[in-house]
Amino acid sequence: MKSFIPKEVETLWTLFTAPTVWALHFVVCYATVAVFCAKRLPASFTFDDVRVVLVVVTLLALAMIVLSAFLAWRQWGFGSGDPPHDEPTREDRRYFQGFATLLLSGLSFAAVAYAAIPLIFIAECQP
Amino acid sequence: MTVELGNFSPEERAAQEERLRKVWQTPKGIRYWTSVNNSEIGLWYGVTAFVFMLFAGLLGLLMRVQLAVPENDFISAELFNQAFTLHGTVMMFLFAVPIFEAVAIFLLPSMLGARELPFPRLSAFGFWSFLIGGIFVCGSIFFNAAPNAGWFMYPPLATDKQYSGIGADIWLLGLSFIEVASIAAAVEIIVGIMKCRAPGMRINLMPMFAWYLLIVAGMILFAFPPLIAGDILFEMERMFDWPFFDVRRGGDPLLWQHLFWIFGHPEVYIIFLPAIALMAMIVPTFSQRPIVGYSWIVLAAVGTGFLSFGLWVHHMFTTGLPQISLAFFSAASEAVAIPTGVQIFVFIATMLAGRVIFSVPMLFGTGGLIIFVIGGLTGVMVALVPFDWQAHDTYFVVAHLHYVLIGGMLFPVVAGIYYYFPFVTGKKLSDAWGKVAFWLMFAGFNIAFFPMHFSGLRGMPRRVFTYPENIGWDWFNLVSTIGAFVFAAGIATFVVDILRPKPEPKERNLNPWNSGTLEWTNDPSESWGMRSVPIITSRYPLWDQPDLQADIEAGRYYLPDARSGKRETLVTSVLDAEPIQCLRVGGVSHVTIIAATALGGVFIALTFHWWITTVICAVITFAAIIIWLWTGTAPIPEAPETDVGLGLKLPIYVSGPASVGWWAMFITMVGDGTAFASLIFGYFFYWTIHDDFAVAAGPGVFWPMVALVLFVIAWGLTLLTRELNERWPLGARVALVAAFLATVAASLAGLAGPYMYGMDPTSHVYPAIVWIVAIWTVAHGAVGAIMQAYCLARSLAGLMTAEYDQDIRNVALYWHFMGVTAVVTFAVIGLFPLVAS
Repeated sequence: MKSFIPKEVETLWTLFTAPTVWALHFVVCYATVAVFCAKRLPASFTFDDVRVVLVVVTLLALAMIVLSAFLAWRQWGFGSGDPPHDEPTREDRRYFQGFATLLLSGLSFAAVAYAAIPLIFIAECQP
Repeated sequence: MTVELGNFSPEERAAQEERLRKVWQTPKGIRYWTSVNNSEIGLWYGVTAFVFMLFAGLLGLLMRVQLAVPENDFISAELFNQAFTLHGTVMMFLFAVPIFEAVAIFLLPSMLGARELPFPRLSAFGFWSFLIGGIFVCGSIFFNAAPNAGWFMYPPLATDKQYSGIGADIWLLGLSFIEVASIAAAVEIIVGIMKCRAPGMRINLMPMFAWYLLIVAGMILFAFPPLIAGDILFEMERMFDWPFFDVRRGGDPLLWQHLFWIFGHPEVYIIFLPAIALMAMIVPTFSQRPIVGYSWIVLAAVGTGFLSFGLWVHHMFTTGLPQISLAFFSAASEAVAIPTGVQIFVFIATMLAGRVIFSVPMLFGTGGLIIFVIGGLTGVMVALVPFDWQAHDTYFVVAHLHYVLIGGMLFPVVAGIYYYFPFVTGKKLSDAWGKVAFWLMFAGFNIAFFPMHFSGLRGMPRRVFTYPENIGWDWFNLVSTIGAFVFAAGIATFVVDILRPKPEPKERNLNPWNSGTLEWTNDPSESWGMRSVPIITSRYPLWDQPDLQADIEAGRYYLPDARSGKRETLVTSVLDAEPIQCLRVGGVSHVTIIAATALGGVFIALTFHWWITTVICAVITFAAIIIWLWTGTAPIPEAPETDVGLGLKLPIYVSGPASVGWWAMFITMVGDGTAFASLIFGYFFYWTIHDDFAVAAGPGVFWPMVALVLFVIAWGLTLLTRELNERWPLGARVALVAAFLATVAASLAGLAGPYMYGMDPTSHVYPAIVWIVAIWTVAHGAVGAIMQAYCLARSLAGLMTAEYDQDIRNVALYWHFMGVTAVVTFAVIGLFPLVAS
């Protein structure tokens, strides 16, 4: 199991992981329905199929965000210290990064879930 | 970090100060305008943006007078159209975005503990571009030639030359020019925040302002380029009749709406976040405690930055897109309320946890937040599709957007001006005048804009120049007009307070508000910024590091001297801010003014179709930029290392990812890549709306594939040059020549496809979009070839060596982006028609 989990990396970029997943999920959802509703090809592929595909995409996105949250939680020392993390040490800097990344994972999770709600309620393309 | 601080005798200190003063001196007389120092550029930028705001405000008053009573004939319909278009355009492009660039350029170095941002000449270039473009756009109304199709320039109205005259061209070209300035500012701000912080200022200790600005600058890179791509398509239609938005020939006006709002919605947050960043500096000072929830602010800034890109279609709810698409954007529009709410609660929590001093900046700040929250709530309403269908294009939306922008931006900016005025001038603005100004503005604003909710719900459409009486709009409009004048009186009070002569303060007090952040150590009468670059160990160093001010002024920290006679600042590492380089930045120069003026000439001449002038100005711009680069960038230092004080020696010259120049290239090319992606989006957008997309023959498979292979070869040869340069200079030069030839051949092959098939870009949108994508890539190929030639010349002149190889490393980075652009372009235009058919 251990080998599946990436090693800890020290970079600013990890902060943006979860929001990037949100962005990709959003683009995939938007582009898929835009192309499907404009082209309607092939005829055997229905709107319900699109919904199923996008629900799967949503679950994948949520799983990635959860993974990002786990890594952030680890970087935060599994919650071993409380904010504000304002000491001038490398450790507090890491805790800060972890905590901020964890918060962003939470927001991204909610935002992906929001974007998936229309897939439940809307059953056709109609303009 | 425990190091022994420096200790200098009074004589040594005086000598140091003399040398520093000389190096950082602002030129006198007419040469004052060649200054590139951040404090001058920031000030000019801010004052210019503010003047544009007053101008646009006057246009707003004209509109309010016209609408005060029904059937009014105070101004004509045509002038009214120009007034509202210019009002919106100027407020958004010439005030709201530039004022934050101004504040950032002015404040960031002091806040981060740097002497200067890494590319001062780039800031100067951005300012001059902004000034010229702004005057051009604003001046047009005095010749009855201002844009008149609304600030978002929808085709087909704005592509109709009969109706829009030259105004639309002025809008497109003038603003494209200013977008260049914004991207320049974004590069400067990102690299400055990431690399130029004081030693010890780890990312968990960065001032909140810097966090916000970092996110905002990143947003600019993804938001402005789609508009630049849209501007290119739009101007090609206006100038050469390429039918991108003409339905009869396969175009679609909706593509403009997409590109405009992919820019336009994030822009709202690009405007809002820096203003909130000012609040994040002001609230802790007047609550007399550190901000509560630092990490939550980071969450809010980053979260808003991302989510704001998922909102653009909420401006297009009435365009007939599929319901499910609308629903996605509605969901994201509701989600963005979460991070926005978080930052409001953080401020409230900070105020509750501290003891609040209700000074004038706090008055404007909290007043602005109240207005903003009301605007935010109506925003949640219009984010719901069914409600939006009712309110769209009515005064309800006008009320909403003014509540958001004035509450979320103008009031905090005024708060910021009150707060930072002593930082700029050493003198405070008047508390009494400030309170009068606040109450006039706060009351006037609400009297002016609150009734618009009702006139909107009663059906009054925006942008009408008059209306019949007795349909229920009369009183609301009259009240709005009265409110607008009360509001204007408040602004006038504020302006008078700024301009009136103020007595010299009795005693020198650099930190009159008892703030905790680093910028308040600066002495406004000196132009060196920090006397010495301190070591930071707290988020609020002035509160927590008791001797800081004295030690900085005594030159006890880094870079207390300027023995080299060059302008120097420290570069530190991204996460932990460990010193890694002594960076020499550009000083006083007129090349930036020449480059900006000539580039302005290109855009202005294009507007009037003066082709020869365009070419002349383009040549001057090109020459100025080459001279700027040749003389000002990557000079080989007299020694590899220099003593920065406190026993530390740092390299002067670094190249590759460690250097600021590499990052500037990377950031610029990310923006460039976004513009390219927008054009490719356009290609596929046209595919989705047509059953028979590739109506014309071409560009075939052969020539695009030849171009693709040749570009990949040129890319490989450029990378080979980078490797060879380290051990075999002659081989590197040969490889460069080969790369150059391959690039030229690739560019010709890139155009050969559409040319050989005789694709006529005016006949249909398909040939037009193929041409534009090919031209984009070939133009980048031409720039790539110039870079290769430049590196060859630098190598031959002995300015680029195995050890000092910044030039080729940056060019190699450019070529990574170039390579990807070429592969995507030629794979799409060559192969996709096969798939699509």
